Amino acid sequence: MANEVVDHGRRRFLTATTAVVGGVGVVTAVVPFIKSWEPSARAKSAGAPVTVDISKIEEGQRVTYPWRGLPVFVVNRSKAQLDALPSQDSRLVDAKSDAGSADQQPKYAQNETRSIKPEWLVLVGLCTHLGCVPDFVPVMKPEPFDPDWKGGFYCPCHKSRYDMAGRVYQGVPAPKNLLVPPYHFVDDTHIQVGVDPKEAG
Amino acid sequence: MANVFTRVGDWVNERAPGLMPMYRKHMTEYYAPKNFNLWYYFGSLALVVLINQIVTGIFLTMNYKTSAAEAFNSVEYIMRDVEWGWLIRYMHSTGASLFFVVVFLHMFRGLMYGSYQKPRELVWLLGMLIFLVLMAEAFMGYVLPWGNMSFWGAKVIISLFGTIPVIGGSLVEWIMGDYLPADATLNRFFALHVIALPIVLLLLVVLHLAALHEVGSNNPDGVDTKHGPKGNRWDPKAPADGIPFHPYYTVKDLAGVGFFLIIAAFIIFFAPTFGGWFLEHDNFIPANNLVTPTHIKPSWYFTPFYAILRMIPSFFGTAFWGVLGMFGAIALLFLLPWIDAGKVRSIRYRGTGFKVALMAFAVSFIGLAMVGAGVIGELALDWFPADATAAENTFGRVMTFIYFGYFVFLWFYTRGGREKTKPVPERVVFDHD
Amino acid sequence: MTKRLFPMKKIFVSFALTVGLIAGVTSVAAAEEGGMPSAGTNIRDTASLQRGAKLFFNYCVGCHSLKYVRYSRMAEDLGLSEDEVMKNLNFTGAKFGDPVISHMPEDSAQQFFGKAPPDLSLEVRAKEQGPDWVFAYLNSFYVDPTRPVGWNNTVFPNASMPFPLWELQGIQTAVKKEGSDDVEKLELSQPGKLTPAQYQQATRDLTNFLEYASEPAALQRQRYGIWVLLFLAGFTFLAYLLKKEYWKDVH
Repeated sequence: MANEVVDHGRRRFLTATTAVVGGVGVVTAVVPFIKSWEPSARAKSAGAPVTVDISKIEEGQRVTYPWRGLPVFVVNRSKAQLDALPSQDSRLVDAKSDAGSADQQPKYAQNETRSIKPEWLVLVGLCTHLGCVPDFVPVMKPEPFDPDWKGGFYCPCHKSRYDMAGRVYQGVPAPKNLLVPPYHFVDDTHIQVGVDPKEAG
Repeated sequence: MANVFTRVGDWVNERAPGLMPMYRKHMTEYYAPKNFNLWYYFGSLALVVLINQIVTGIFLTMNYKTSAAEAFNSVEYIMRDVEWGWLIRYMHSTGASLFFVVVFLHMFRGLMYGSYQKPRELVWLLGMLIFLVLMAEAFMGYVLPWGNMSFWGAKVIISLFGTIPVIGGSLVEWIMGDYLPADATLNRFFALHVIALPIVLLLLVVLHLAALHEVGSNNPDGVDTKHGPKGNRWDPKAPADGIPFHPYYTVKDLAGVGFFLIIAAFIIFFAPTFGGWFLEHDNFIPANNLVTPTHIKPSWYFTPFYAILRMIPSFFGTAFWGVLGMFGAIALLFLLPWIDAGKVRSIRYRGTGFKVALMAFAVSFIGLAMVGAGVIGELALDWFPADATAAENTFGRVMTFIYFGYFVFLWFYTRGGREKTKPVPERVVFDHD
Repeated sequence: MTKRLFPMKKIFVSFALTVGLIAGVTSVAAAEEGGMPSAGTNIRDTASLQRGAKLFFNYCVGCHSLKYVRYSRMAEDLGLSEDEVMKNLNFTGAKFGDPVISHMPEDSAQQFFGKAPPDLSLEVRAKEQGPDWVFAYLNSFYVDPTRPVGWNNTVFPNASMPFPLWELQGIQTAVKKEGSDDVEKLELSQPGKLTPAQYQQATRDLTNFLEYASEPAALQRQRYGIWVLLFLAGFTFLAYLLKKEYWKDVH
């Protein structure tokens, strides 16, 4: 009985092949389960691009719109606020948005005003420190947190400060400028958040 | 690489010296009879289905909403909006039905080869408990999609408890937590379906296997290999007819699992409703407490027991007898080890009376299933249009009589030397193929 | 050697016979019960789905929603672009990712028809005869002045739905059985824009679209299913060879 010749080579080969094929099967079977965690059609629909009417936003005013559940700030900046921007450059972490904050805006908004049209600022209103929503403090007057305040955003959580282009000041916990989402102008009074100008054609 | 594995293995062994002996006891040195046939696949298949149900079930809970207002929508959400949600749902719903296919065949194997007889009574009892919990598990799971069949199935089954004398009425309200199956019912069924019963089920499965491995597996010849001749090519003290479970039965079961998965995949991908048997048409209509579906019937795996319920008429002003009959049909299976006093286990060596009786029992079970599913009722309409109900009832009652008659017959047949058995060989019959 | 009571081959044969018998009995029962002609739908026929969708959004969506179907998903499955769907099919101003909701408010529907028009997302799956029922239903409307909306249906008697497709099919009238109110057959008393054959094809397309809507995943599962089966067959064959190899030890 025991003196039977066992073909160990064939046995090993079949064991290995079956194990590999079975392993591939198991891994493939796992894929749908992992994929089921991706945003569902409903979540994608809820996160679809939003078109907002900006004709009613007055100069110096900010309106918040939800996009993918995130607060998107649209600010109509006044001439004075825009003029004050360059004066802050020396106090900022990344005034040109080309160092640490290079990925915080699409290419078409990588400029002094961080926007497509100078007066219209579009930002995701979440502090780059730990994700709180910063307050909008537009008036240029000395503030307790900054005697030389030229308007901007102030985060109540950990006192991070941003200027009127969402650029972060030095010496605060937040590391980066506020995020500019992809957006484009549908016409003079409407912008669509979530779609780049290029994609929109 | 091999070195790393050895070292990790040594590290673990040093700290948990009991693990390797346990592995040997249940795998490489568990000597199973070498003559297992087709019927012996269904145990390991049941385990495969159980794992499938747990994994897919966990993923379904991630998107299912436990509320009467949202449950139905959330199931369609899974079917359409969740990536691959349809596959996970179909795997779960098909698995539920296949679980019963496999378990019924597994149980019938036990009946054929006397696997419930001494010394395996405990294995059988634990198995029957698994069956009972599985039925509760399946019933509650069926309610969760909150379709119209879910709702009315829940209503009818819970109403069975209402026939219990004295406490019935208040018991029904207590089970539902309302005056009809409602949000409260759905929530408690969900809790039981996804947590309580699965824990019990897993525990029972472990005990079922532990009890089996204490006494050793039966086989198609019913030969007691553990107490037969000793010595095989692996161990001089092990049963001569035994072979190590691993690798011989692991590779055999692997091929069986592969074959089973082909059938399961065919259903999942090409016939997930299985013509209305696995997923009923009326359950694609949201629960409606004002309209009962025209063809109200339980899931196919409950139909034999449901048929017994329907076939036993109410008398003395109560419908409790039907309920008693239905639960009695299951209770008798529990008692089988003591009802059957046969001297041999396997049908191969048992008397002709047993063979005929077991076939009749199998036929009655399928017949009752067809009554419960309404198939006989439809056929009766065609063949005996004059009085279809009477025809259906006659058929159903004959089947019920045979079902219970099996146990009565077995009791008398296996006592007082009435059964003429054939001699059981000392060694198992094994033809190499 | 003792004769085995249940040799493998016999088991397989009896198993096959049982399955065949059950399948036969059920299909015979189904055929006798329904007596409905086959709808002849095929959800993989994309052109038919597109025509069906067009009919649905021109004639049905006024009253019926498909609340589980999103425009975006439908566009993807029917091979239509976002523009095509938004311009040609979406008349409610819904967003592309939104589900198909009828613009008829539920209360006014309740007033007009006595009951709110049902959502049709699962209509085909909810019917025992599936698409055949819907197809037959769409072909069985006839004029009946006794009904509040002026229409009746032989498949679903006393349905409260008017018949918006009449301009396509024309007007059918019922031929009653002698001395009874039972409808014997329907006759086309006034032809519509389409010939009877064209109308049948149109309702087949519409039924096909509703069948798709009731289970969009059917397209995916049929596509992947064949590969899964092939893979499993290969795996099982390997496992079988492995078993054979090991069992050479067992005598």
